[in-house]
Amino acid sequence: MTTTTTVDTPETSGPDTKTARKAPKSGSFGRYLFVRFLLIFPTIFILVTMVFVIMRAIGDPITAALGGRLSAADLQERIHAAGYDRPILVQYFEYLGQIATGNFGTTISDNQPVIDVLLRYGGATIELAFYALIVAFIVGIPLGMVAAYFRDKWPDAVLRVFAILAYATPVFFAGLLLKLVFSVQLGVLPVAGRAGVRNELKLTNVDSPTGIYLIDAFKTGDPDIVGDVLLHAILPGLALGLLTAGIFLRLVRTNVIGTLSMDYVDAARSRGVSEFRLVRKHAYKPALIPIITVIGLQIAVLLSGAVLTETTFEWKGLGFELAEYLTARDFVAVQGLVALLAVIVALTNFIVDIIAALIDPRVRF
Amino acid sequence: MSVRSVWHKLPIVKHLRQSVGLQRGMLIVGLVIVGVFLLTALFAPIIAPYGFSQLADADGNFGAQQEPGGKHLLGTTVGGYDVFSRVVWGSQTAVFVIVVAVVLSIFAGVFLGLVSGYFGGWLDRVLVVIADAVYAFPSLLLAIVVSIAIAGGRSGLLVGVFAAAISITVIFIPQYFRVIRAETVRIKAEAYVDSAKVIGSSTSRIMFRHVFRNATRTLPLIFTLNSSEAILTLAGLGFLGFGIEPTSAAEWGYDLNKSLSDVTSGIWWTSLFPGLAIVLAVLGITLVGESLNDLADPRLRTRRRADSAPVLTAEASVVMGASLDDRTNMDGLEGRS
Repeated sequence: MTTTTTVDTPETSGPDTKTARKAPKSGSFGRYLFVRFLLIFPTIFILVTMVFVIMRAIGDPITAALGGRLSAADLQERIHAAGYDRPILVQYFEYLGQIATGNFGTTISDNQPVIDVLLRYGGATIELAFYALIVAFIVGIPLGMVAAYFRDKWPDAVLRVFAILAYATPVFFAGLLLKLVFSVQLGVLPVAGRAGVRNELKLTNVDSPTGIYLIDAFKTGDPDIVGDVLLHAILPGLALGLLTAGIFLRLVRTNVIGTLSMDYVDAARSRGVSEFRLVRKHAYKPALIPIITVIGLQIAVLLSGAVLTETTFEWKGLGFELAEYLTARDFVAVQGLVALLAVIVALTNFIVDIIAALIDPRVRF
Repeated sequence: MSVRSVWHKLPIVKHLRQSVGLQRGMLIVGLVIVGVFLLTALFAPIIAPYGFSQLADADGNFGAQQEPGGKHLLGTTVGGYDVFSRVVWGSQTAVFVIVVAVVLSIFAGVFLGLVSGYFGGWLDRVLVVIADAVYAFPSLLLAIVVSIAIAGGRSGLLVGVFAAAISITVIFIPQYFRVIRAETVRIKAEAYVDSAKVIGSSTSRIMFRHVFRNATRTLPLIFTLNSSEAILTLAGLGFLGFGIEPTSAAEWGYDLNKSLSDVTSGIWWTSLFPGLAIVLAVLGITLVGESLNDLADPRLRTRRRADSAPVLTAEASVVMGASLDDRTNMDGLEGRS
């Protein structure tokens, strides 16, 4: 049988599947879950260690943040108090221990636990990623089907150029262009931020705010605030979403082209199934499996994009905060946030893999 | 061999002859853009009317945020630099960074991939897990961390270029590593490697003569596609303030960052032109890379004759991950269990 997945093309799967197939463990889902779960730990460990080693290669974070502003003696005192003058190995093990207990350090510039920064600003990033994914799904998937159906004809050519352009445009440039057109020239959409100043105040005063403004806006029950929040979301969502849509488009196109040439599609066509239905149901559904797994892997790409989008639109999420801490040269905060993101990425990938295995039993082997 | 047949065997020429229709169009457009990009970088001192850090000429200061036209073809920036000159000089910085980054990552990635794939064992396992971990991580964040370590965040031309290049290298090594390792594992099982062993070739000779020569066939493709990613990463770093100081080199991402506030007041020329430069450079390189990738794969090559029966296999590139989906489909789910 010809598989149509792009995920397991022979080039990469060759050596790996060979070892895996040596011992077919009857594909037990529980076992897969367990092994895959164990793999989270080395991943986190490697990334956290790497971040630690690289960040500490430049010396201690206190000098980096405050060097030049404090006298040498004061600096030395601060370094000693924070324990940065101890042997690096001792610091490393202490750091690992802290991370194991969920302590990612305290920022130097504003003295906050990194985990609090995550809790306060994580919602905004999730919200942005959510809007971007909606745009990407609405735009990317249907267009991908169109491109596949008209393969090598002009609609396909146009859409391929769009996909390549979406890849070639940095998200911040797309954001700047959108701002220029819609906020400055046409003046129809807000330039930056997540809500108007007055509304923002109201949103933070909701009881038990989630940090996800759309939810908080519904809680206030004021349709004006909901509208305001949505207006602010359009441009950032479009900027990040359209670029992600390019990736989705290519993926859907590739996989649908694969399924469109299957015998059962011809069989359905000969029975008189409409062309629309052929693409929509017969070809698209089976192509969905690899699409879902790959879309899950886009999380890392989306996070990189979110950092840049948030900076462009002053969208106060994790990426924006990260950029602020970078400018303040607060490397404890940067190290903490990056390590935290490593954990989040590892966990997301785990969840995606589990979903993929649930949908497609072949993955488990 | 006649000159003509040698000419026809040159990589790009061969591809041009092979291609037809849309594919040929894409390849030609890409080649033209890349050519212009490289020529601009090469002749930047001649093309650019001013230096990248020049603020004044004989008539006095340029002035900040001057509109395009007159002395300044594309206007001046908020810092009082000539936009056109900085866009032109920026191409030079981009080429520097691409070359350093790609050369470094090819050396490291190919070497590690060869060793890991050929010898296998625990080293292989450890390297694969590390490469997977790095690969799954948001690349820009990794680049930021590395760039902090190397340059402490801000820097001159040489340090800046190297900081950016090495940050990009760290992201790329796992990609080269994966491709070369997979190829090596495959080639290791070929009969000719066994034959070489039988006649008593040394391990290093087998590795570098037999395996290396065959495993690296696909590198030019990854090379082109990575170059475009290098430009994007460099611009991303610059946009977040980790680029190169404006006094030591021109960098498009940095200029875009400085133009953020201009946009709000309707000043469009400071952001539009550096941004377009990025898009065009990446577009050109991507078009070339994509076309080469398609042409290298007989299943994707558009035939000269009428289209043959529809292909059964999905678009699988010769080089795994040598397409734009590389961030996505390289991460096969196999081998994790």
